Amino acid sequence: MHNKTMTQLAHGLRSGEFSSVELTQAFLDRIKQHQELNAYITVNEDLALQEACAADIRLANGNPELLTGIPIAQKDIFCTEGVKTTCGSRMLDNFIAPYNATVVEKFNQAGAVMLGKLNMDEFAMGSSNETSHYGAVKNPWDTNTVPGGSSGGSAAAVAARLAIGATGTDTGGSIRQPAALCGITGLKPTYGRVSRYGMIAYASSLDQGGPMTRGAEDAAIMLQTMAGFDEKDSTSVDLPVPDYRAGLNNSLAGLKIGLPKEFFGEGLNSDVAVTLETAVNEYRKLGAEIREISMPNLNLAIPAYYVVAPAECSANLSRFDGVRYGYRCENPVDLTDLYTRSRGEGFGKEVKRRILMGTYALSAGYYDAYYIKAQKIRRLISEDFKNALAQVDVIMGPVTPTTAFGIGEKIGNPIEMYLSDIYTIAINLAGVPAMSIPAGFAQGKPVGLQIIGNYFAEDRLLNIAHQYQQVADWHLHIPKGFE
Amino acid sequence: MSLTTDEVKKIAHLARLGIDEQDVESYARDLSGMLDLMARMSELNTEGVDPMAHPMDQVQRLRADVVTEQDNREKFQAIAPQVEAGLYLVPKVIE
Amino acid sequence: MEWETVIGLEIHTQLATKSKIFSGASTAYGAAPNTQACAVDLGLPGVLPVLNEEAVHKAVIFGMAIEAEISHYSVFARKNYFYPDLPKGYQISQMELPIVGPGHLDIEVDGVSKRIGITRAHLEEDAGKSLHEDFHGLTGVDLNRAGTPLLEIVSEPHMRSAKEAVAYMRKLHELVRYLDICDGNMQEGSFRCDANVSVRPKGQKEFGTRAEIKNINSFKFVEKAINHEIERQIELIETGGKVVQETRLYDSVKDETRSMRSKEEANDYRYFPDPDLLPVFISEDYKQQVKAQLPELPQAKKYRFNEQYALDDENANILTSSRQLADYFETVLKESGCEAKLCANWITGELSAALNKARLEIMESPVSHERLAGLLARISDNTISGKIAKQVFEEMWRSPATADEIIAERGLKQITDTGAIEAIIDKIIADNPGQVEQYRSGKDKVFGFFVGQVMKEMQGKANPGEVNKMLQAKLKQ
Repeated sequence: MHNKTMTQLAHGLRSGEFSSVELTQAFLDRIKQHQELNAYITVNEDLALQEACAADIRLANGNPELLTGIPIAQKDIFCTEGVKTTCGSRMLDNFIAPYNATVVEKFNQAGAVMLGKLNMDEFAMGSSNETSHYGAVKNPWDTNTVPGGSSGGSAAAVAARLAIGATGTDTGGSIRQPAALCGITGLKPTYGRVSRYGMIAYASSLDQGGPMTRGAEDAAIMLQTMAGFDEKDSTSVDLPVPDYRAGLNNSLAGLKIGLPKEFFGEGLNSDVAVTLETAVNEYRKLGAEIREISMPNLNLAIPAYYVVAPAECSANLSRFDGVRYGYRCENPVDLTDLYTRSRGEGFGKEVKRRILMGTYALSAGYYDAYYIKAQKIRRLISEDFKNALAQVDVIMGPVTPTTAFGIGEKIGNPIEMYLSDIYTIAINLAGVPAMSIPAGFAQGKPVGLQIIGNYFAEDRLLNIAHQYQQVADWHLHIPKGFE
Repeated sequence: MSLTTDEVKKIAHLARLGIDEQDVESYARDLSGMLDLMARMSELNTEGVDPMAHPMDQVQRLRADVVTEQDNREKFQAIAPQVEAGLYLVPKVIE
Repeated sequence: MEWETVIGLEIHTQLATKSKIFSGASTAYGAAPNTQACAVDLGLPGVLPVLNEEAVHKAVIFGMAIEAEISHYSVFARKNYFYPDLPKGYQISQMELPIVGPGHLDIEVDGVSKRIGITRAHLEEDAGKSLHEDFHGLTGVDLNRAGTPLLEIVSEPHMRSAKEAVAYMRKLHELVRYLDICDGNMQEGSFRCDANVSVRPKGQKEFGTRAEIKNINSFKFVEKAINHEIERQIELIETGGKVVQETRLYDSVKDETRSMRSKEEANDYRYFPDPDLLPVFISEDYKQQVKAQLPELPQAKKYRFNEQYALDDENANILTSSRQLADYFETVLKESGCEAKLCANWITGELSAALNKARLEIMESPVSHERLAGLLARISDNTISGKIAKQVFEEMWRSPATADEIIAERGLKQITDTGAIEAIIDKIIADNPGQVEQYRSGKDKVFGFFVGQVMKEMQGKANPGEVNKMLQAKLKQ
């Protein structure tokens, strides 16, 4: 059952082949068997089975939706009422969310079953899942390597068949990079497409939730539920949500693909480059035109991002002060002590680094040199995308410079870790949608192909991914030991 | 550009962030590294470029002035570290 | 040395909306602690702000009323600092692009008019309240007020005395209530004032170093606090000291200002645009619409009352001090058909005194405009005298009866039958030969005695004018 697609499972549930309770139990068993991956922070068996039971009743009594009874898991950044929501941090180790994120609410409405809450880098800050208070997640393809981050638990769980699909969030590549390193499909929608209400903020102008699944069709199904206008989010876009599955089988003949030369230069591992070339060739066979393009300001995306994201995070994380919820230090002697120790003991090193960086960049005397400068560069990068997407339909490139690196390999060197996000970060600065799809293997480890589209062109991206997955089967490969 | 340990302590205080004394040095080093990375931004002339605060080219949507929220104090204070008589308690604030 | 004082005021007005500026929680005053603090107000992880349209509307009304520039685009920014009554660790405010730009307000001090510049007015969220009474040595935090919409109105440093500052504050207070954007309740903190005060040698161009006096919440205290601060600064400089830029708190009990130690360290608020909110757009159409719906402003109304109703400055000032009072006056005037002066005198006199005594607002007056109009009409048509009218009014204050009902029930109708009055006058003259003698020998004062006797005899129901006339004639015989 665990290797089926969502459509197949929906069919099985309706034909009586299996019940949602059976399906859910099967996944709960697998989660227990594979605890060594450390993909989940919280597994709520009772709740999952209750939801499965309710789904079975709904399936029997009418008007089920496609996701009714299908077990998925939530990144632990989404608030889930009555269920611990940690954001991968000691700060929220005791935090039982008193409300549901809009995304969670939407999955509940659809009747999906929530298996549990997935591990992640602390407050989504990290590219390896090693900053989690709950320990590193292991990559099912090679348990000595990282699954990527920050949605590392989501990617590992989907790759290891510990959930059919999972939610992720992407601020600088946090859906696409782990999807690439774990050989699954991940979609970061256009900024504003998916509500951020109840999704614990890292960098508000960059954060966006999206689906992480094995194949593009499942991603379309999940996005269908996640996307849409939310009056509780001022940055949510009031545009109709198209039927994401309707165009999956559209032909790619005449599709114009741009390959930015800046994406294929120095720094890209040659085996990864060769794998990507093969994948792009496959698109040529599907009728696409390939052309080289240039996006001259991409090389400044990392510096700009590491001003904007920490600046926003430094304010976003001020609310964690030990007063109303979350971690509070023992016996504070005064107010300043309460703040400094609660925050000092509750946050990990990477989070502190970014809060410090952001505080510095916004402080008097530095604001113009850092924050304003970064925003100007953000504008130029965004123009690069607009210009490129005026010439071509989509942009393709790598997601990561290398395949999954070793656990412990980069965590001691934050700058090197930041530089590994070189191909994903610019997309968030511009706000455009992008996907990572499995495109083959290099040295036995998965390689992701990135497809970047125009604002609100998620349907087109899914179509392009799906067509590839009709002729290539990389997304069907199963890591050894997780068959 | 490099940050001194004193500067790190100053920023940490501004952010009310406790840092172990033995870690100050390493934060200073990491932050200096980040600043070096950012220094690359100055390579590009951005004169006349309009800063972009947000990827959305839209204006703020307004909410009707209607009370929609009910009293949820009990639920919210169930997760609070210290409350009494409906109040959140903190160490004495001196004005 | 002669010193000149320079004062600028920052006034925080709570906008009278039903719900908060960024959430759907109620803004009603006085609820049990934290029962009106919703997820957004508490700054729970993951929550987001959505702007209340009425807060924007009220800010624009204010801007139009002070003839200010309204920004087509205004931006919300985060002001970062840690304080227990500030749940998110930042206040959502406006920094670089406030919704209301430069405008002005005219004040009058000792008959001299002066224009005070208003630099800007921006929208922001109010903080909660820290309660310092003892919770085992801890402070309690109530976040009901957190997120209440505020319009912070910042003046230019145009005021030169505490008196001017108070005049400006009063004028602004009157205006926001007129515009119905703030209830103006100072006890409940709906209208709060911070004053920036500095002194400089007369003739010097540069400003002196200023001190900010926080949260002065009555007109009386503003004047005292500023005057005290001026004295303190002058004394400090004259004894060789230096004024430091700092925040000071006014202690109304000790009548002094003192430095706020907790905010002593230099603040670095690290303002930046709030990425959870987008720019607020105000169209030209919207502005024009608001302008067209603007009520008549106090100044204009006062001039109109002067002109149209020939009221003196004092009456016009009192009657236009609130929109409700002015409306009450105009309604009574219309309904009674009496002279404006009579209506004005009654409202600023008898009615206002009664309201003050009972601590009631005009809207709460037990004597409605219809009933007062009914009473005044009876004065006007000579049914009763002004004196009797006061008795009738007292009765109306206590009962729901109309003036006519009270007059009829108690037989207070003025006697205009000259025969009846004449008979009584004759009787009084006959009974008091001594007084008659005195009067006739030139003691004019005795005349009052006769009037009093007649009125007493007639239980006040005679028309005083008629009595006067007839008495004079009779006494001269």
